[in-house]
Amino acid sequence: MALINTGYLEYEELESIQTLPSDERYAEGPVAIIECVQEIPCNPCEAACHFGAIKIGEPITKLPTLIGEKCVGCGMCVARCPGLAIVVVDKTFTDTTATVAFPFEYYPTPVVGEERNAMNRKGEIVCKGKIVKVVNPASYDHTPVVTVEIPKEFADEVRTVERI
Amino acid sequence: MLEKDVLVIGAGPAGLAASIEAGKYGASVLLVDLNMQPGGQLFKQIHKFFGSSAHRSGTRGYDIGKQLLKEAEESDVEIWMQSTVIGIFPGNKIAIEKGLDSGEKEMVTMQAKKIIIATGASENAIRFKGWTTPGVMGAGAAQTMINVNHVKPGQKIVMLGTGNVGLIVSYQLMQAGCDVVSLIEAAPKIGGYAVHAAKIRRAGVPIRLQHTIIEAKKGADGCVCGCVIAQVDEHFQPIPGTEETIACDTIALAAGLKPTMDLVKLAGCKLTFNGPFGGYIPLHNERMETSCEGVFVAGDTTGVEEANTALEEGKIAGISAAEDLGLLTADAASDKRAEIWDRLHSLRLGPFGERRMIEKEVVMDEYKERIGTPSPIQ
Amino acid sequence: MCLRVDHHVILDCTHVGDEVEITVDGKVIKAYEGEPILAAILNAGIKINRYTVKRKEPRGLFCGIGQCTDCAMVVDGKANVRTCITPVKAGMVIKTQDGLAKGE
Repeated sequence: MALINTGYLEYEELESIQTLPSDERYAEGPVAIIECVQEIPCNPCEAACHFGAIKIGEPITKLPTLIGEKCVGCGMCVARCPGLAIVVVDKTFTDTTATVAFPFEYYPTPVVGEERNAMNRKGEIVCKGKIVKVVNPASYDHTPVVTVEIPKEFADEVRTVERI
Repeated sequence: MLEKDVLVIGAGPAGLAASIEAGKYGASVLLVDLNMQPGGQLFKQIHKFFGSSAHRSGTRGYDIGKQLLKEAEESDVEIWMQSTVIGIFPGNKIAIEKGLDSGEKEMVTMQAKKIIIATGASENAIRFKGWTTPGVMGAGAAQTMINVNHVKPGQKIVMLGTGNVGLIVSYQLMQAGCDVVSLIEAAPKIGGYAVHAAKIRRAGVPIRLQHTIIEAKKGADGCVCGCVIAQVDEHFQPIPGTEETIACDTIALAAGLKPTMDLVKLAGCKLTFNGPFGGYIPLHNERMETSCEGVFVAGDTTGVEEANTALEEGKIAGISAAEDLGLLTADAASDKRAEIWDRLHSLRLGPFGERRMIEKEVVMDEYKERIGTPSPIQ
Repeated sequence: MCLRVDHHVILDCTHVGDEVEITVDGKVIKAYEGEPILAAILNAGIKINRYTVKRKEPRGLFCGIGQCTDCAMVVDGKANVRTCITPVKAGMVIKTQDGLAKGE
């Protein structure tokens, strides 16, 4: 597995391990992408989802599965995942742009309206992104969830923004 | 002489859990630890823990620490900090160098009906030219500095090792505002969880596999100013001609941990060598009792794992001590232990956990064979 | 040089203890009461705590939890004090330790 050697996944590799949303599901609006691909003992994402869209079951080392039809793209799982391995992608944001909501635990937290470089899983700058939403309620326990708007073609690539 | 039902040594997750459990059933408990604050390494764990959502996973380590301290208080556990156990004698007599509020130390001897040793583990060092230069430190030391003392060990860090400690501490150094230049790993693959590695990579930090540090460069001030790395062959030997120099002021070593065995040895517990668990560990049974009657162990001292498993093992040790004190019936104790073993089992599944599950059984089988019934401290 | 972590998304970095002064090798530095001596002097840019007995090599922070003794210094006349686990008190006089320094 390339991930073990490089520390990151290509989208195709992720697709071969995880259940990713169908094109139809993407067309309906925001949806969670679970980039958790190793059997580690961890299951808080399952309980975090109020819509029953994430299934792990027993034993807790099983990989989580996303049930696309049940996911509303709320982002509760994004803040709860201890591995920071879940993002919410909205490919319907505008005709030309998509958004990616991701956990961001570095200081300073991006602010709405700010422009930052958007980065892929390898830490390469992919494009410019505009911060459109930052959510950090007490229930997220210091894991701000930041939403960045980017050109639609980069929606499967962008996973974070640059630290400053 | 001071007398207690249970003396617990080490106030990390295992020791706290053991104290709380024994205290809950009515045992008088004294918990001693040489550090300034209880909690062991929990208060430097600022990330959210993995594990089962039924058992506080998704909670940050320091919040688990706070919760444990509260429970310890509720169970009337007496805690002595900055206190070091320096002798364990027949008849369960213990010598403790007790830390006083004034900063002075006082020698105290006491007797405990049961002893629980939960002294944790210490970091392994890796030796290379210049490894003793100020600026070369354990990854745990760097983590303590940023997360507990809120002082950065330096500005530009090179991390040696990509196990979970190397990955997590690198991430936390960045959170504290340090620049992590690179992670260096001798193996051909990343050692820790992929999700931790993914955080490092998407922050733009390179991970150099099949490389090692061969020298720490010393600046005019006598401290680290860089390091020389080289590619290694399949026997982990540096390949001449592949050297590169990286500028940095700190080299953090995350080369694994080994159980802290001083007190286990002092008590005379029989040991076994177990590579996957980090070295010599005390033989113990499913009650966490050692070859010495009334001496229990829990947590990393019994083999390096993680806070979740330490907590569960601590509970088992506390329950077993309470049982032997007559505070719990054998049936009740055995039911409670079975429940905890189920949880430990689920934490030891998957590609990262299986090995530890198998090794734990090997250790307990060896106990049956070599020890069978424990005997008093000699 | 300031190495204090002043901003953090997760940690509350406000100091519990009062700001006090301590003296290290004759130089007055600021510290917070109750923090390990080592933290205060590291922030002041001092990375060498002691020199070894025979070869007079410098040593500094290595384990940070009181196990390795590399950060031992002479504190208020007492030698071999592990600065990583000894809290700051106002007015402490600290010296870099040379070898096994007998104290005063």
